[in-house]
Amino acid sequence: MNVPGNKVLLLLWLVGAAAICLTGFVTHAPNRLVSGEPLPLWTVAGPAALGLFAALGAVLIVAAFLAPNRTPHFAVGVAAAMLLLLALAIAGEAATALLVPDHPAARTSLGPAFWIVELAATLIIVDAVQRRRTGPLMRLLVALVVSGAVGLLMVSGRLDALSILREFATHRDTFAVEFGRHCLLVLAALVPAVVIGAPLGVAAARRAGLRQGVFAVLNVVQTIPSVAVFGLLIAPLSALAARVPALAALGVQGIGAAPAIFALIMYALLPVVRNTEAGISGVDPAVVDAANGMGFTPRQVFWRVEVPLAMPVVLAGVRVVLVQTIGLAAVAALIGAGGLGAFIFQGLGQYAVDLILLGAVPTILLALAADLVMRTAIDLAGGTGRTS
Amino acid sequence: MIELSNVVKTYAGRRIVDGVSLTVKRGEVCALIGSSGSGKSTTLKMINRLVEMTSGTIRVGGEDIERLPPEMLRRRIGYVIQSVGLFPHWTVEENIATVPRLLNWPQPRIAERVRELLGLLRLDAREYAGKYPHQLSGGQQQRVGVARALAADPDILLMDEPFGALDPITRGEMHAEFAHIHETTKKTILFVTHDMDEALELADELAVMEHGRIVQFGSPRQILDRPATEFVHDLIGMSQIGLKRLAVQRVAERMRPGEPAPGDAIDASATLKDALSRMIERHTDRLAVRDEAGRVAGAIRLADLVA
Repeated sequence: MNVPGNKVLLLLWLVGAAAICLTGFVTHAPNRLVSGEPLPLWTVAGPAALGLFAALGAVLIVAAFLAPNRTPHFAVGVAAAMLLLLALAIAGEAATALLVPDHPAARTSLGPAFWIVELAATLIIVDAVQRRRTGPLMRLLVALVVSGAVGLLMVSGRLDALSILREFATHRDTFAVEFGRHCLLVLAALVPAVVIGAPLGVAAARRAGLRQGVFAVLNVVQTIPSVAVFGLLIAPLSALAARVPALAALGVQGIGAAPAIFALIMYALLPVVRNTEAGISGVDPAVVDAANGMGFTPRQVFWRVEVPLAMPVVLAGVRVVLVQTIGLAAVAALIGAGGLGAFIFQGLGQYAVDLILLGAVPTILLALAADLVMRTAIDLAGGTGRTS
Repeated sequence: MIELSNVVKTYAGRRIVDGVSLTVKRGEVCALIGSSGSGKSTTLKMINRLVEMTSGTIRVGGEDIERLPPEMLRRRIGYVIQSVGLFPHWTVEENIATVPRLLNWPQPRIAERVRELLGLLRLDAREYAGKYPHQLSGGQQQRVGVARALAADPDILLMDEPFGALDPITRGEMHAEFAHIHETTKKTILFVTHDMDEALELADELAVMEHGRIVQFGSPRQILDRPATEFVHDLIGMSQIGLKRLAVQRVAERMRPGEPAPGDAIDASATLKDALSRMIERHTDRLAVRDEAGRVAGAIRLADLVA
């Protein structure tokens, strides 16, 4: 036990341990508007749960000090996943135990120690998966298993006493609607952005003059704060809807989904155009020369050579856009477009942190899921024949 | 097989190729040689219309190339480039099958042809057919590039500095491969190079280009014996011109039939340079010469080499 073999694991372990020692695992408050009293892990967990927690922690710290080539990545990943689920279960049990029938407004929220432990456990899993050089499909499977287990825990009702889930229970009906709206907003922005952006990127790769113009405009768009764009679009779109009744009939108006989707498309264009241009320009000129020399028609050169070779770079752009749009769509609730952002702004207005989390946590999880799916697609698209 | 007459290419008012006329006969190997910027690559690319000529006519197999759609023309002409340009997302087999697929050959015929070509290029089909280009060495990539060019059995092969990017040892191997392929397939080959030794070794005819014009056209021996201009002279490199001349002539041309000589015999098809080397090695001024059948047919003397 001299030099730690896995410094990442050691660091994450230390951060998690420090959080547990110094901050509350859950917070108990008489109602949802006041900030509560922090309760450390050892005061809320039962002896059995605490013992298992300590055992899993011990496994991880021992693994961190093993020689790099002998670290049991699989065992580390499993231990971290169990720790992640155990922390969730402990929090749920604590909240249930703290329920007071006389005070229905009393709330048990998740504390800093909980969030830091969950984050550290997630990063340890990711690190273990990377060190094992797990294939893209296996990686997806790991994510599905872990999130499936979390889902089961939620469905079982053991977490229902936690404030965020009580908030969810209150807003159950609207949550499904807003979640669906959020996904629709993202799709309504992503599809046109790709349909417009990819051909624009190809055109920019072909003509230097066009390239400069397009990037000048899109770079400026990217620098405008999103809130400003949403606001700035109210006047022109209202005017447009007033002039052209057909558009108004389609739902175009100064506030709501139309300006939100328009703004999201504008932001999404730059990464799509930039990556498409880079992907097409990055195809080795010798390969294109050879393709022409073999007797490919220009159309065949494009579809059989340039498109497949540019695809991983283009998909990387789509991945950035997807994650970015999922986040930005939350802001669109400001102008009445709905989506998960609605809970965030409602929560901000009421100073109800749990309501904010009800909007924020699913948004983050949605972005992470989209990122993972896109990475898997990119790895599969670029998996054959290329050096990296 | 390939006829260029008075071909001109102008870029932005400058005549890159300035009235080139050139004929390559069926089954011949012709080298277009010159320094960079002499217009040799442009001349080559005008034949498969990767570059469109400004004026003049080019005929391939007697047919005016302007009469055909460029894609159709190119599928009938093999094309090999210095940087190989294999399709990185396709296997060796798929790369070689490129033109047969464009021509809609039936699958079994394509598979058969790929195996045949891998054999011709001395690449084991079982080991290499499924590999991707990045898994091959530079020399292997160029072999696949040549196999791909030969796939649809074109009459003509155009090669743009095909061995320029290879290390000297691999280049030597590919020269031998080139001779072997030409021997086997009898293709009409036009290749571009800036390496005079390569041109002298591989080509039946050389066209030396300078400033967009052909300044000398002839066999290796004609070029070596009577360089037409100072430029051709410089290109040959005068330091070892005597040895280079010996390297392009065969023992058969100078041998004395019927004369006896001691020791192991040298092949009549060997070059005079080989003969000189053998004499120095053996400390002798006479070598026995054997004919194709392996019988001693005569002798060659040191004095014959300098005659």
